[in-house]
Amino acid sequence: MKFSRNITIGQYIYQNSLIHKLDPRVKILTTILVIISLFLIKSWFGFSIITLYLFINIFLSKVHPKFVLKGIKPLIIIIIITLIIHFFTTPGEVIYHIWILNITKEGIQRGLFIAVRLFLLIVATSWLTLTTSPIALTDGIERLLSVLKFIKVPAHEIAMMMTIALRFIPTLMEETEKIIKAQMARGADFESGNLIKRIQNFLPIIIPLFINAFHRADELAIAMEARCYRGGEGRTHYRKLMISIADQIFFITTLFVILIAYLVVL
Amino acid sequence: MFIHLKNVFYTYNLHMPFQTEALKSINIMIEKGEFIGIIGHTGCGKTTLLQLIDGLLEPTEGQILIDGIDIHKDRNKLKEVRKRIGLAFQYPENQFFEETIYKEIAFGPKNLGISDDKMKDMVKKALAMVGMDYYLYKDRSPFSLSGGEMRRVAIASILAIDPEVIILDEPTASLDAQSRDKLLALIKNLYQRYNRTIILVSHNMEIIAELTRRLIVMENGRILMDDTPRKIFQESIEKLESIGLSLPPVTNLMYKLKKIGKPVNSGILTVEEAKEEILKIVKKK
Repeated sequence: MKFSRNITIGQYIYQNSLIHKLDPRVKILTTILVIISLFLIKSWFGFSIITLYLFINIFLSKVHPKFVLKGIKPLIIIIIITLIIHFFTTPGEVIYHIWILNITKEGIQRGLFIAVRLFLLIVATSWLTLTTSPIALTDGIERLLSVLKFIKVPAHEIAMMMTIALRFIPTLMEETEKIIKAQMARGADFESGNLIKRIQNFLPIIIPLFINAFHRADELAIAMEARCYRGGEGRTHYRKLMISIADQIFFITTLFVILIAYLVVL
Repeated sequence: MFIHLKNVFYTYNLHMPFQTEALKSINIMIEKGEFIGIIGHTGCGKTTLLQLIDGLLEPTEGQILIDGIDIHKDRNKLKEVRKRIGLAFQYPENQFFEETIYKEIAFGPKNLGISDDKMKDMVKKALAMVGMDYYLYKDRSPFSLSGGEMRRVAIASILAIDPEVIILDEPTASLDAQSRDKLLALIKNLYQRYNRTIILVSHNMEIIAELTRRLIVMENGRILMDDTPRKIFQESIEKLESIGLSLPPVTNLMYKLKKIGKPVNSGILTVEEAKEEILKIVKKK
């Protein structure tokens, strides 16, 4: 039972780099812009510009590219499935015929295009999480959302919930492993049996896990209240977010790159 | 020889950036009917060692033999090992999930595919072993119990599969004095009346001194000492202190009396023994 060690989504890798020092708000906004542009761009030239831009970003962040590739691994099946669906379902010039299915030239083009788009989406978002610590990320989200306070978006509460959730992922993982071992010591077998039996076997893990999580939530709430936590009202930050010149340059460069990728059609 | 750990190594996160060596070249032989205490600082590998003995972890290197057979040779063997060795983790009540105490304790026997009639007997016997009345408790929810009762039910759920060896990891942690004494009496009873082999991990030296017959001291993933508690608490005081472990309070008292020149024996493990030693020198005067 070692599943907890294979999860890398949302992993943060610390490096002393230019990218790591950027303001999280700027990074979140540029990532959103890149994602939007990926849906608007219609040309391969545009994609190659964005690809180049993302790889320069990763290079500048000093994070080893293998971490980015690791993030793609679990989604490879989804990419392949979309690729295949597009191969067979797009009408156009038939170039290969299997049974009742036709592969079209347009299908291959579109499939590859969508696959590259998905690939770049994952790279862009993992670039963000790899180079921004969870705390900075939630801080950035809180500040960005607080713009929407006038329509009653509870920015601080959302950010606090995210912080707590992120904080408890490793704890719950550890606990799951402990419970699995404890039930195995009582003779539970999680590795064999048919599907129904396996689902039944799941209960002795999930129920204690929930009970313990509720206990912990209660204790955390009391501990927070004991330290006079009362929401975001009047709360100050230890680390004030500031937009530096580097942030401005980065943001303008990104805008520029996106515009070129979108507008220039070769 | 019953359980034999042969040059066992265990490394967490092998071949990963966070690789840590938890156990290094461990050699232990455990005979039937022993009462072994394991002490050591937090993070010295005690819990890892217990999990290895119960076959929950596979050693990175070395072998674990039970009755001379390597337990990791085939998977069916492992299940049998877990039937013969009962392991109660720290805070075992955290694994409760059933609606009634009966079902909770029956979980182990059920996993072993035991018939309903026999299961009832096993649950009855397990509750009796922890000194709880079957009819009074069987239909109650395990979550409605007090801390001490929960702990005893959790231990009963281990005893239900009738293991020959019982491993207890800090069984008295965060219990009040009364529940603690009850639990210790119960453990003593398991050893004396039911002839079980017991391995007990504890930070409480008093408990270790009073109950165990053999003491294993661990430090940094290695076995530092393996002897009778009397010998260790008498002869290796400096060594124990150097790794941050203390003496049982009575032993410490007698050791200090000896240090200031009183003619007492320092290898004292229980209050009863201490009383006699002190009376001896008082009477002499």
